[in-house]
Amino acid sequence: MSLLAGLGAGGGGPAPKERARGAGHRWLLAPGLVYLTVFFIVPVGALLATSLYVPVPGGELGQYQPALHWQNYVDALSQFWPQLVRSFVFAAIATLACLAIGYPMAYVIAVRARGRSLLQGLLLVLVIAPFFTSFILRTIAWKQILADEGPVVAALRFVHLLPPDGRLTATAFAVVCGLTYNFLPFMVLPVYASLERLDPRMLEAGADLYASPVTTFRTVTWPLSLPGVVGGTLLVFIPAAGDYVNSSLLGNNTNTAMIGQVIDARFFKVLDYPTASALSVVLMAAILLLVAGYVRRAGTEDLL
Amino acid sequence: MSATTGPVVRGTVPTARRRSWHLGDALIPVLAALAFIYLLVPIVYTVAFSFNDAGKSNLVWRGFTWKNWQNPCGAPQVCEAFRNSLSVGVVATLIATVIGTLLALALARFAFRGRPAVNLLVFLPMSTPEVVLGAALLAQFLSLRVQLGFWTVVAAHVMFCISFVVVTVKARVAGLDPALEEAAADLYASPFQAFWRVTFPLLLPGIAAAALLSFSLSFDDFIITNFNSGSFTTFPKFVYVSATRGIPPQANVIGSFMFVAALAIVLVAQLVSHARGKRRAG
Repeated sequence: MSLLAGLGAGGGGPAPKERARGAGHRWLLAPGLVYLTVFFIVPVGALLATSLYVPVPGGELGQYQPALHWQNYVDALSQFWPQLVRSFVFAAIATLACLAIGYPMAYVIAVRARGRSLLQGLLLVLVIAPFFTSFILRTIAWKQILADEGPVVAALRFVHLLPPDGRLTATAFAVVCGLTYNFLPFMVLPVYASLERLDPRMLEAGADLYASPVTTFRTVTWPLSLPGVVGGTLLVFIPAAGDYVNSSLLGNNTNTAMIGQVIDARFFKVLDYPTASALSVVLMAAILLLVAGYVRRAGTEDLL
Repeated sequence: MSATTGPVVRGTVPTARRRSWHLGDALIPVLAALAFIYLLVPIVYTVAFSFNDAGKSNLVWRGFTWKNWQNPCGAPQVCEAFRNSLSVGVVATLIATVIGTLLALALARFAFRGRPAVNLLVFLPMSTPEVVLGAALLAQFLSLRVQLGFWTVVAAHVMFCISFVVVTVKARVAGLDPALEEAAADLYASPFQAFWRVTFPLLLPGIAAAALLSFSLSFDDFIITNFNSGSFTTFPKFVYVSATRGIPPQANVIGSFMFVAALAIVLVAQLVSHARGKRRAG
């Protein structure tokens, strides 16, 4: 299961103890560095440049010329700050929900099923099973399950948890549920990876010292699973903040729109490349700052 | 931080420990079971509706039929989109696996100036939202007036797959015992022979896992593909675009088929490794 280990490790691994010398590494590095330069660094540069473009005077829609028009950022933010803030709020709620749902799953697989390798393996397969069906098909399945004429709405209306005209789709609730659902495995796998390394004798030691299960969890299990929790929250939060599939399939377009949807619409519907690029730059910068601050606070720099 | 830094409990631990019953003992498995159901409901729904005797849209259940499975290409474009996704996935996986494995070897085996910078460069695409990666590549393709299509999609997929390959393979390289390669050198193997006959076979499971991971990432990618594909259609894009006018049940057939095929591969691998572990133990 090195696939899971790879996901769980989050890029870690100890530094090489005895490092080879020589210039051989140049040939190993060259293809990757060239590729990532051409298809990552330069495009991000192109994005930065495009975010400062101005329309060609008297030109057609979608024609822009190079400039240093910083006002684009002010305009983009003053127009779309609600969607930007909403993206971070939705992503944060979905991350917490993933932690609340995913931690018991990881705990059961890693601690309760310990020693029964077949059961463990089967439960892990169930966790990664969603990866094998297209995530868009699964999101649309949710849309139909939660639809107004679907079984869930009928049941909730019957027990009066939902007013007779209440609905689940096209609400913020549906969007957050969709985000939680889609990124749940990314929380379970890293938490599982760190709980699996937990020595069961530590838990027994807690019980021996008359700690209640809650105290044992709070002082032993949780701190030792922290690297997995930090990795999992990052793996959920980052894609959730930029996602627009859930908000466009499960939300309505007015008060659930997320920033990804805006960037997509600016690029393809309005051909407003500078605004779309400026919003992308802001999103990327905000996420990098949050990640850097979070990782530093959590004290798990070695995770990266 | 690891479990070994804590106090070590010595001696044998009595197995029959008097322990009061706690709510958590029963509650946690119940919570986990509910979570597993939550995870699997839409998959069951997708598979069930691949057997729906649907008309134009596959929204309501109208009765069981085999006909969608007998004719999975019955809806226009669905098989073309599926074939496109398969070819993008295979080509992107091959390129990303080779480039990423080389990069992982360099990072795990060599000390060189700028190693932290390379690590950062590998980490950055993973910590950038897909919509930003897609927009950045599109901004570049637009300014260079590159025709969007199969190759722009492949180029984009290789880019985000490389990082995942590096992470997966690097973990495997770090777990290798360098003594094995030294032993080969002691037995007068050239560095190339030592790599090819000793290191590479040991890395192969990690490389295979990385390739599987990057194929599944590429096959299921929608956001970056949507930005860089022009009129070229992949399977996720086909499903997303047809969502507004109704998804044909054939899309559910293909989704279910991929699910069953992948599940079968993973289950067989699990059972084989379980049986092997048992044989070794016994």
